[in-house]
Amino acid sequence: MAETTIAKVKPSEPLLSKRRKALVNDPLNSNNPITIQVLGICSALAVTTKMEPTFVMAIAVTVVLTASNFIISVIRNLIPTRIRIIVQLAVIATLVAVVDQVLKAYFYDVSKLLSVFVGLIITNCIVMGRLEAYAMGNKPYDSVLDGLGNGLGYAWIILTVAFFRELFGSGAVFGFKVFEAIGISQTGWTGAAFPTNGLMTSPVGAFIILGIIIWVQRYFNKYTEH
Amino acid sequence: MELINLGIKSIFIENMVFAYFLGMCSFLAVSKKVSTAMGLGAAVIFVLTITVPLSWVLQEYVLKEGALVWLSPTLAEVNLEFLQFITFIATIAATVQLVEMVVEKVSPTLYSSLGIFLPLIAVNCAILGSCLFMVQRDYTFSEAVVFGFSSGIGWWLAIIALAAIRERLKYSNVPAPLRGLGITMILTGLMGIAFMSFMGITL
Repeated sequence: MAETTIAKVKPSEPLLSKRRKALVNDPLNSNNPITIQVLGICSALAVTTKMEPTFVMAIAVTVVLTASNFIISVIRNLIPTRIRIIVQLAVIATLVAVVDQVLKAYFYDVSKLLSVFVGLIITNCIVMGRLEAYAMGNKPYDSVLDGLGNGLGYAWIILTVAFFRELFGSGAVFGFKVFEAIGISQTGWTGAAFPTNGLMTSPVGAFIILGIIIWVQRYFNKYTEH
Repeated sequence: MELINLGIKSIFIENMVFAYFLGMCSFLAVSKKVSTAMGLGAAVIFVLTITVPLSWVLQEYVLKEGALVWLSPTLAEVNLEFLQFITFIATIAATVQLVEMVVEKVSPTLYSSLGIFLPLIAVNCAILGSCLFMVQRDYTFSEAVVFGFSSGIGWWLAIIALAAIRERLKYSNVPAPLRGLGITMILTGLMGIAFMSFMGITL
């Protein structure tokens, strides 16, 4: 497997060739980790009630994914196949522990808000799935691009979900009260501030929004499951 | 009595799937047929019942600040909590490996029907999540046993319910782009609303 993919890459390939651009671009839409590959749903949905923690989570996952893809890809020929899951988990867990410590040191409030979900990046299927599917059989530079692409694909989906959840759930974006700023809630029939919408702030809202995002995306992609 | 309350609470009110979104990946991927869902659910119950108490022991006697006092009083200052993730995930991976070997020996039919999903329990967030929740909520050992077991039951119930609905869904005319993952997401949301009705119960 490893030999065949390596053989395809010509030594004189430019740093950003067409194939390499596709490595970053594909996961953004046609091969999105969340909506097509069904990876990383768990942590994606739990943190998306507000934009700010979601943003931090997206960065954390992208960093962990890119770094672990790189490390595993560098040592891929040294890992015995039978214990590769434990090796992969050890690399991921180390990186996540580093990210967790950094968050605790510099963004303590956000780290409190994310609670166990930073730790759960370890079991985020995106990281493990990309290691298994890509980094185990490809060169380090390509694996970094693949990790970056998938991280960004994950990021824009969860940011979209978080945008709608925060907007309709608590009437704000990044904590900025949108509806009050444009005067809807003052002139509205209640005259009160935007009421918190329980459906959107609870887990349920995330599922329904994600279901609709998948629906819209697949409508334009013409992708159907049977 | 306390323990029974905790059990009921973690099965229904704080269901791993519908209240915390944990274990979603395999929940959505393996819920196409009731029989496989049943097997995976049973494996998850087993792994949770073993790993949560095991993590409790590790947390209490190795990782916590001053936990190493039983070795020698000079270690009272040592705090190994930053090793928590690695220790827990290693415990889980080892247990899953063990379960895999036992199932292979005892029941080859179940082993072949579960296939790849058995090793994938290692990356099921419901399991690591339960271990971390156990630490966060300061459970005692017996509470940890009950919590692990009943979280597993909750996950098992949820996946069987979804699998049963999806088997029926095959006969419905769902809009083409919504088929598969899309409608399953919305379904899970609606099931979550149903599970929210348990929230009013105080135990």
